[in-house]
Amino acid sequence: MTKPLVAIRSVAKSFGEFQALKSVSLDVWPGEVMCLIGASGSGKTTLLRCINQLTAIDAGGIWLDGELLGVREQGGRLYRLSEREIGRQRLKTGMVFQRFNLFPHKTALENITEGPLQVQGRKADEVRTEALELLRRVGLVAKADSYPAQLSGGQQQRVAIARALAMKPMLMLFDEPTSALDPELVGEVLAVMKELAKSGMTMMVVTHELGFAREVADRVVYMDQGAIVEQGRASDVLGTPREERTRAFLSAVI
Amino acid sequence: MKPAPALAEGFPDLSGMRIAREPHWFRWFSAALIVLVLAAIARAFANGQIEWSYVSRFITAKVILEGIVNTMVMAVLAMALGIVLGIIVAIMRLSPNPVLKTVAAGYTWLFRGTPLILQLLLWFNLALVFPTIGIPGLWSARAVDVMTPFLAALLGLGINQGAYTSEVMRAGMLSVDIGQYEAAQAIGMGRLRALRRIILPQAMRVVIPPLGNEFIGMVKATSLASVIQYPEVLHNAENIYYANSRVIELLIVAGLWYLLVVSILTPLQMLLERRFARGTMRLAR
Repeated sequence: MTKPLVAIRSVAKSFGEFQALKSVSLDVWPGEVMCLIGASGSGKTTLLRCINQLTAIDAGGIWLDGELLGVREQGGRLYRLSEREIGRQRLKTGMVFQRFNLFPHKTALENITEGPLQVQGRKADEVRTEALELLRRVGLVAKADSYPAQLSGGQQQRVAIARALAMKPMLMLFDEPTSALDPELVGEVLAVMKELAKSGMTMMVVTHELGFAREVADRVVYMDQGAIVEQGRASDVLGTPREERTRAFLSAVI
Repeated sequence: MKPAPALAEGFPDLSGMRIAREPHWFRWFSAALIVLVLAAIARAFANGQIEWSYVSRFITAKVILEGIVNTMVMAVLAMALGIVLGIIVAIMRLSPNPVLKTVAAGYTWLFRGTPLILQLLLWFNLALVFPTIGIPGLWSARAVDVMTPFLAALLGLGINQGAYTSEVMRAGMLSVDIGQYEAAQAIGMGRLRALRRIILPQAMRVVIPPLGNEFIGMVKATSLASVIQYPEVLHNAENIYYANSRVIELLIVAGLWYLLVVSILTPLQMLLERRFARGTMRLAR
């Protein structure tokens, strides 16, 4: 029997008074493409950030590839892991941000090679070859020596995807990857993500692109007020939602 | 395709006409006025009690040249010490560790809160507090031998500069988008590596103009070290006019040297700015 790649159990997170996540539990299976949808403030982005530990959870646990994240259990107590350990765990996930967050003082190629060279300490020529292959995959070999400011939003996001892939993650996290893009640039980013999904990558995608969810997602999860309201096959959740709140959200979005 | 509708009458074709040059009378008038005032000032100085021959004689005097070299050596070394301390203190200030934070804030408070000349005098007179200094059992020396004017000036100027530079560096680091730090973490970087590889290079672009300011300030602040006998240019100029009483002439000599050094620094700063502007210009490659 296969095990889930990500197991989320009773995870809670508050920012001051605001409860961003209220006891969320969820499994993500190897090779699965999951789309998280919901209004802003519903907790979907927070959930993603908890998985790669940019946000620390208040309660519950997240296991990635069988390993408990951020803490170590010993004798009935939890001990926080060192920064180095957390850094090692982060390497298993790749994150793509809404605002790209490319390093502006480095070229597209340098953005991609930075992690493998500096963090993983791998050989320069091998890393460079792989980075160029990744650029080819996202259709930007010609832009290898361009700085982020010289690229369009769509191109920047494709470089950001390549940067995340360069670390050879087991899981790719996408935080609204097309929300900051001009409408005509959304398609090129989604195309790269579709290709990635087809290649068998496990993906969690926070998105407002319901068309993408319908076409690519194995499962759609609808969240509201820090909790999972409904989940299932894309055609079911988006086509014939059971919950009233899901119906209200979908009719507001479409 | 339908033809475009006919345009309305009464709006003549202005293409081909040029906009006439404005006369700018006031600019000519004010420029003439300024030239007159400058000429009057120059005349006053030319006829005043200044022996210009002394200025030209001493401007390349050996003692003065040694002085300006000492001034520049001290300015560069003290600034380097200030920048190193400033970066360390800024990182401490922004760390989540409350102990480091408090130490950094205390350092800035202490060294910004007292006059520089007082700090220089304290360093120079350290021997009054600690006659011998050293590591017990390993090494010790008389403080008067160790605390030379050079070392006292370096410590006084550099440590004071570090307090100011730390705030400049902190401002630079805060100016870098938080998303950059998150992106660095997301590819597995630790705090210090992210600072060194991602945050500081971007902060440098922002901090170079204020650091240029600080360095120009430092070149002139070295003149305070004259009170602790460090042989920089003003100190040496003073020694000459104690002997020959040509006070104004030698002060002008020192002033001209300061102006020259500061004038050279400005283009150097531009070169440095260009170096750290990588990626910020859309088309320039």
